[in-house]
Amino acid sequence: MAWEQANPGAKVDISTSRAGQALVITVNDNRVDAAVAIEFKEAVRCAAEEPGNPVILDLSQVTFLDSSGLGAVVAVMKLLGTSRPLELAGLTPPVAKVFRLTRMNTVFTIHPDASGSLQAAG
Amino acid sequence: MVLTGAGSGGFTGRLRDAVAEGGRGGGEPFFRRHFTATDAETRAALQALMLALDQAGVGGEDSSNAELILAEALNNVVEHAYADGAGPVELTVSLQRNGMACTISDRGRPMPSGVVPSPGLPVIDPPDDLPEGGFGWHIIRCLTSELAYQRDRDRNSLMMRLPWSDFD
Repeated sequence: MAWEQANPGAKVDISTSRAGQALVITVNDNRVDAAVAIEFKEAVRCAAEEPGNPVILDLSQVTFLDSSGLGAVVAVMKLLGTSRPLELAGLTPPVAKVFRLTRMNTVFTIHPDASGSLQAAG
Repeated sequence: MVLTGAGSGGFTGRLRDAVAEGGRGGGEPFFRRHFTATDAETRAALQALMLALDQAGVGGEDSSNAELILAEALNNVVEHAYADGAGPVELTVSLQRNGMACTISDRGRPMPSGVVPSPGLPVIDPPDDLPEGGFGWHIIRCLTSELAYQRDRDRNSLMMRLPWSDFD
């Protein structure tokens, strides 16, 4: 299916910042679902072209993530490779549940919140 | 981290009233919506349901679990049942004593084996095996107490029961 046709207005709002050696990618949307999964993956991949290691994805504003969204996060992790790990920060309870149910919480380093991860990374 | 706008969850106050209301005469479900099965319409339907649940005093885990399993099931309708092109879907949610009864009906392709799939969790063994999909039915099965699929002529019906997270 052509996603561009199915979702003509799909937009993803993310921003980046540096914390010590780390690149922090902050998701400014509440939902990462099937309607934006492809765009989300692309936007985070582009943002991750900025320097910084590790790459920390701040999900503290995301209150809903389905398995499509989870797949997009995993896809970005694979694109970055093992030399530049993708870490997560600030999972809200519903998002943490998806990672737990799929055991993907065992794959990612997960920081309680972005500020904590900044200290750890800085 | 605390979810804003969400109730405490559980079978309390306004929810008990809503269940009593829904049980009267066994008529209309608490929530019903017809829409075209696309990702954008699925999102809009779920947001409308979340608003209705919040107004009925259903929040916390109850509403977030409902949103998750319905998203997974509706994503499957969009992706598989209507793989050849979008079609109509109907979503109903009834608030009952033993949980939220959610039904999804569509006129797309039947489930391949005629039954609800029960795949295990995909193999996770980084860095080589990192699945990007195949989680949907696993998530649904983890959270539901009842799961039934029926093919009736050209129509698929999926019923999922989501038990209340707690009673008090």
